[in-house]
Amino acid sequence: MKFADLLISCRASGDLGPMVQSIPYANFLDLRIDIKGDEFTCILPFEKKLIGNPVLPALHGGATGGFLECAGLFYLLWKMDTKTLPKTIDFNIDYLRTGQPRDTFANVVMVKLGRRVANLRIEAWQSSPDKPIALGHCNFMLDA
Amino acid sequence: MAETMSPEEEFAQRWRKFADVSPYNRELGLLPHSVRPDWCVLKVDYKDDLVGDPNTRVLHGGVITALLDAAFGFSIFVKIPQFRPMATLDLRIDYLRPATPDKAVLGGAVCYKLTPDLAFVRGCAYHESPDDPIATAVGIYMFTSGSTVIQNEERPR
Repeated sequence: MKFADLLISCRASGDLGPMVQSIPYANFLDLRIDIKGDEFTCILPFEKKLIGNPVLPALHGGATGGFLECAGLFYLLWKMDTKTLPKTIDFNIDYLRTGQPRDTFANVVMVKLGRRVANLRIEAWQSSPDKPIALGHCNFMLDA
Repeated sequence: MAETMSPEEEFAQRWRKFADVSPYNRELGLLPHSVRPDWCVLKVDYKDDLVGDPNTRVLHGGVITALLDAAFGFSIFVKIPQFRPMATLDLRIDYLRPATPDKAVLGGAVCYKLTPDLAFVRGCAYHESPDDPIATAVGIYMFTSGSTVIQNEERPR
């Protein structure tokens, strides 16, 4: 199936699973997406391979960062009518707390949707949404 | 005949086992490429399972993030007299162009300012030359209390 067709069928069914599976890196992270009405949550299930510092142990900053970026991309693919993958223009990550060896969740806020650029804020959390472990702030280029 | 290694490669070789202690670095295959105090380079080989866009086969931005985060950490380690535990405070990445499929990506970094609490780092991801970057990045790291991954006695000189 072509990617554009896959997008259409995923949006129609509300199950983004096949879309996640079509993207190798998202598959590598074993990402899950949970959609309840208007609420979008991206989930990074804990795996030992995600550890950066085995002594603490703590999630790798690169794993958290990659997860935030994926969450933003999937949010846009779900929310928008784009036919292609949005392109990341820039990505700013604030690391607020140590990522514990447990599942991580991400929620996305569309700060501004322009004609060509979407500005997103992405919050990653573990124990509770009001204790974020990392914040992502980014611009994505949408297809023209 | 044994391959001759430049002093930078030889030094990078000694850092190799330290890159290995991080499971995520190991999983992505991040390895030291050349290590100098003013330009510390890690490498990630192209792998199909790290692709972000199946149509273009371009590596996912998350791979670049991990590569630069790891290179940033290394560039701080080579500047400080002994290992100290630290945490990434923030990281900003600008994506200038897509990585070319099938090509390894290098991540180079320099720690340009150290304070007792913080390390300021900049760098970029590229194929052949840092003058033609795939992504540029800046980051700030904070020294923390807690244990280090690497014992100071093992630190390569």
